[in-house]
Amino acid sequence: MKLTGAQALIKSLEMENVEVMFGLPGGAILPVYDPLIDSSIRHVLVRHEQGAGHMAEGYAHATGRPGVAMVTSGPAATNIVTPLCDAYMDSVPIVVITGQVAYSSIGTDAFQEADTVGITMPVTKHNWLVTDAQDIPRIVREAFHVATTGRPGPVLVDVPKDVSNAQMDWYWPDGVELPGYRPSTKGHAKQIKEAARLINQARRPVIYAGGGILKGRAAEALRELAELAGLHVVTTLMARGAFPDDHPLCLGMPGMHGNYTAITSMQRADLLITLGARFDDRVTGKVSAFAPDAKIIHVDVDPAELGKVRRPDVPIVGDSRLVIEELVKAVRAEQSKHGKSDLTDWDRQIDEWRRDHPLQYEQQDGGPLKPQYCIEALRDNTPDDTIVVAGVGQHQMWTSQYWRFNHPYTWVNSGGLGTMGFAVPAAIGAKVGKPERMVWAVDGDGCFQMTAQELVTASAERIPVKIAILNNAYLGMVRQWQELFYEERYSEVYLSPDLPDYVKWAEAMGCVGLRVDTPEDVVPAIEKANEVDDRPVVIDFRTDYREKVYPMVAAGDSNDNVILGPEYGEGGY
Amino acid sequence: MAAREEARHHILTVLVENKFGVLSRVAGLFSRRGYNIYSLAVSPTDDERFSRMTVVVDAESSPIEQITKQLNKLIPVIKINELGPDEGVERELMLATVKAGPEVRSQVTELASIFEARIVDVGFDAMTLMVAGSPNRLDAMSDLLAPFGIIELQRTGRIALPKLTRQPTRLRTVKSRSA
Ligand SMILES: Cc1ncc(C[n+]2csc(CCOP(=O)(O)OP(=O)(O)O)c2C)c(N)n1
Ligand SMILES: [Mg+2]
Repeated sequence: MKLTGAQALIKSLEMENVEVMFGLPGGAILPVYDPLIDSSIRHVLVRHEQGAGHMAEGYAHATGRPGVAMVTSGPAATNIVTPLCDAYMDSVPIVVITGQVAYSSIGTDAFQEADTVGITMPVTKHNWLVTDAQDIPRIVREAFHVATTGRPGPVLVDVPKDVSNAQMDWYWPDGVELPGYRPSTKGHAKQIKEAARLINQARRPVIYAGGGILKGRAAEALRELAELAGLHVVTTLMARGAFPDDHPLCLGMPGMHGNYTAITSMQRADLLITLGARFDDRVTGKVSAFAPDAKIIHVDVDPAELGKVRRPDVPIVGDSRLVIEELVKAVRAEQSKHGKSDLTDWDRQIDEWRRDHPLQYEQQDGGPLKPQYCIEALRDNTPDDTIVVAGVGQHQMWTSQYWRFNHPYTWVNSGGLGTMGFAVPAAIGAKVGKPERMVWAVDGDGCFQMTAQELVTASAERIPVKIAILNNAYLGMVRQWQELFYEERYSEVYLSPDLPDYVKWAEAMGCVGLRVDTPEDVVPAIEKANEVDDRPVVIDFRTDYREKVYPMVAAGDSNDNVILGPEYGEGGY
Repeated sequence: MAAREEARHHILTVLVENKFGVLSRVAGLFSRRGYNIYSLAVSPTDDERFSRMTVVVDAESSPIEQITKQLNKLIPVIKINELGPDEGVERELMLATVKAGPEVRSQVTELASIFEARIVDVGFDAMTLMVAGSPNRLDAMSDLLAPFGIIELQRTGRIALPKLTRQPTRLRTVKSRSA
């Protein structure tokens, strides 16, 4: 069967079971948009290509399936670099198709020519420039394979216009042949046995669970392991929901804005069972002072993570789910041989920390509206399986701290890159992937202004996402640092509470717009928003700009120095 | 000095797919992760689907284990062999044009013969020599040529194979899997 390269591309996407893609057409990708009309694939027309990339990410986060975005060459390709980098940092499987100028004119500075493959090389797991239409099915197949296997990540396929116009003979490859790509899956049996031995001997063990649990579909296995050996679990920013917050063994988020117990239990641990986490600086604080007494078991599908920051005592390369399942068996064997280890003292210590140092804030009646209160109200007035998406800043940390994530894949955020503007488009992508679920984005006023125009997309496509703006009139997180570390010298962080007018802006974009100034109005507004199901809703919560995120470990400081709150004085712990 | 520097060098021979952009993927990885390349040579292999890159890195300033692991993640990288400081036979080629007027010409040719260098070009007052050998030897040769006045000098960067010993091989395969 003869097809054009463009037809082959769309057909290949269909063969990969792509049901939806996010994009915006232009000159170099025009040939591919034509056969799209006759395809079963739904296309969501975005208002900015960055939105397409984050929607693809949101879709992937929520569904576990690769998100697909398609844009044209040059400026469109550069517009999608940020989402690619974001997906690269957070190991999110997305496939981005870019148009390119005709292969015959590459290198001539043709109109809208950009070296897309060169520009995106450091922010993709792999990328391809298609030089022959005949290669399209093979490359698409490879692209999806690479994006979704091993450590997942973004890939990009750059398709010159003359290649998509050229004829090819259709085929669909049986598999992929990539001799330099063989991700390992099963962990080393001897290492797993050794890990089980350490687990059974530890007196102060903690499971340090990272995003790799979610990427590896290992949440159930993790729970089995934790319950089997009575191990407490911290869930990093990327792993919120990987272990249920309402589980007695769950300690919540560690790191710079983690809770005291999560941070301190890692610091005092004698064994860190690191599963799909990467010792990020936001988790470890000063690396040389991090968990000084702990032996390290480190399980990761990416061998380069083992020993990158902290040298493990037991390194295990493998798929998180498969390794943890084996670990469960090995621990059970240890227990039946040597008996189950007694962790009573450690459990008691942890409970004491929890009791003495809970998260805290105070919402006074009639006082200024506290952001944490808004989040708790949202949490308590939405279904348990609501998908929560966050922007980047204070509101993100509060959401991660105060939400109760009881199910995997209910938390979507930008961790590694910290991309402001992530929330609105990522929420749209998540809602497209999980239309039956309620999707709430908790966004900052600064973040919202970066990508809000995608709510036009959401209105046009009837994607009823809900956005809670925690409007503190500031680039709050930056303000917090200036307050604490730059002697309250505020430089370029004020945004204004009512410029823009968020309600009018929401309405202009086809959404329902609501505004909340006082604590009493919070719950009624949320209830009203929950009833809207035919269009997006935006709530402008006017929150107290003075509120800061605590606990906090100052950047570069040891995790022994947790600042619990403002009452502990400047630099006091 | 040269010999001391030698001791810190690790050699990676990297078998890669002979495809568009592979060199820039490898070079880009080094710059992005902040590793220093001391020298880099790329050559075809007997199988036209592959090329071989010989990368010399400074083992002290660059974490060799991380480098190989990160290189392994590049999809066109098929296999990496690592040679420690004493584990390889290394050779390099040098071309040097030196001032060689009539009064010193014989001294230059004498030096060339000591180093088994070949004279590949002769001008009225200059000569171009070619010498192959271990990097140390080329360092020595260029030191000795310097007093005559070096007009231009180029070295290829080294290529290397594992030393043969009574044990079957000292080649350590470090590429086994990637993610
Ligand atoms: C694209 C981008 N630019 C700048 C930053 C630096 N930054 C981190 S948080 C933040 C403030 C975010 O403000 P807002 O969205 O209002 O959230 P808040 O902290 O007030 O909750 C800034 C500027 C960033 N993370 N991303
Ligand atoms: Mg703000």
